[in-house]
Amino acid sequence: MRLTLRIWRQHGPNEPGAMTAYEVDGISPEMSFLEMLDTLNEELILRGEEPVAFDHDCREGICGACGMVINGQAHGPERTTTCQLHMRHFSDGDTIDVEPWRAAAFPVVKDLVVDRSAFDRIIGSGGYISAPTGSAPDAHATPVPKPVADTAFEHAECIGCGACVAACPNGSAMLFTSAKVVHLNVLPQGQPERESRVLDMVGAMDEEGFGGCTNTGECAVACPKGIPLQSISMMNREFLRASMKGGRS
Amino acid sequence: MALATRTDPERAAQKGPRQRPEPPRKPARSPSLIGSVWRSTVGKKAVMAVTGLIMLAYLAVHMLGNLKIFFGPGDFNGYAHWLRTLGEPALHYEWFLWLVRVALVASVVLHAVAAYQLSRRDLAARPQKYARRRQKSSYATRTMRWGGVILGLFIVWHILDLTTLTVNEHAEPGHPYQNVVATFSTWYGNTIYIVAMLALGLHIRHGLWSAAQTLGTGRPHRDRALKIVSTAVAAVLAGGFIAVPIGVMTGVVS
Ligand code: HEM
Ligand code: FES
Repeated sequence: MRLTLRIWRQHGPNEPGAMTAYEVDGISPEMSFLEMLDTLNEELILRGEEPVAFDHDCREGICGACGMVINGQAHGPERTTTCQLHMRHFSDGDTIDVEPWRAAAFPVVKDLVVDRSAFDRIIGSGGYISAPTGSAPDAHATPVPKPVADTAFEHAECIGCGACVAACPNGSAMLFTSAKVVHLNVLPQGQPERESRVLDMVGAMDEEGFGGCTNTGECAVACPKGIPLQSISMMNREFLRASMKGGRS
Repeated sequence: MALATRTDPERAAQKGPRQRPEPPRKPARSPSLIGSVWRSTVGKKAVMAVTGLIMLAYLAVHMLGNLKIFFGPGDFNGYAHWLRTLGEPALHYEWFLWLVRVALVASVVLHAVAAYQLSRRDLAARPQKYARRRQKSSYATRTMRWGGVILGLFIVWHILDLTTLTVNEHAEPGHPYQNVVATFSTWYGNTIYIVAMLALGLHIRHGLWSAAQTLGTGRPHRDRALKIVSTAVAAVLAGGFIAVPIGVMTGVVS
């Protein structure tokens, strides 16, 4: 396949950036989107140009490091991570726009790499438990009903890639934050911090400059892990409940 | 050392798994509940949801009251008079009406101020647009801000038209039936009211569903039902209001 790529190039955090066009040839449908970018980068290096910077690590859809907006959609046209998106979803001759996550809370570091440490600070503010859970056999000592375990697992799937923020017209981190709040708040091990967790994490989220939720629903459409939109509603309930209790556990 | 496989000695000594160490005491939070709710994006949205629902409840009663116009001037004007004497003798003449007005003004102001503040924050959180954007949200969702502004302006016009009668030609105080007929005998009266009620329908279609999410009642298995209810409420409300100008235009009400 031969493709035209229009990629956001930006040298550093405070430098101006622009969409820059590149041609790549010899792309096979089996390649992942990142392998296609590797191909481009090899050519750029051979030509003595600066390769396109992008984040990646596991390349198997579990670490959440990769992520870019492809043709206006976070992680591109399929519900998966960019590393698991394959070139068979594009056609020969396509022009593909590639941009970094856009959000005030995710400043661009270079090209397609953004600083997502705001997510780490949200997790640090309450995305943990203090209950000692012991070793593996002890996990069975605290029975967890199946539906609760299912809800927790569904929300634990979040890999923190930031696609929700990138897709949201308000750059809101509600889906990310709610995934962690719901994951821990439904489990018995999460109960000691049930109130402080949601209040602190929502507070941290607001402090980072993410926008609010307008229930637009773009986040859940973009999420490669299928965190449901209603996760946000469950967090809202936890927030209002904790506020009513005055934030005390 | 494999930290993850070590059992906490304190915990091992405990009897049951239900006993947990005292959670670390958090410092006292904001002294006032209202302050901390208003300061957070989630809390402010809850204020919008509650004030929106208050206005919606009012509109439902208002719409039903309006339909009395189809039963003639006696019925309609009598109803208008009853609204003023409601609650007597516990309340004085028009007190009930003023209580409702105060609650509504408070709701509109809180709703609009929260909408304004949240919208500014939302726009600032996404300073740079994408070169290519795929629009997926519904029309009702995308028009909440401008639709809300249209409704705000409409509220002002509506009060000047049928409450204070400032902009209503041929209006007479104390004759609401005749004043409504006068409003809908002009092309601009019909246009303003019908456009505003269509905007209302759209605002409620997204707003009612959205309020259910904001107040924490949204669940995946309930989503379809909530969307259907919101659309139905929006359609009935907008349709009920629009029936009045249609009635006057077609001569059913004159
Ligand atoms: C002063 C005029 C008004 C303005 C400026 C306004 C604006 C807004 C805005 C910006 C939103 C948030 C939309 C979003 O989620 O993206 C909203 C939500 C809403 N509005 Fe209004 N609106 C107005 C009047 C009304 C009226 C008259 C009603 C009565 C039915 C109403 C009911 C609602 C409801 C129920 C919500 C949902 C709140 C939530 O998402 O939890 N609004 N409005
Ligand atoms: S590189 Fe790990 S999820 Fe894509």
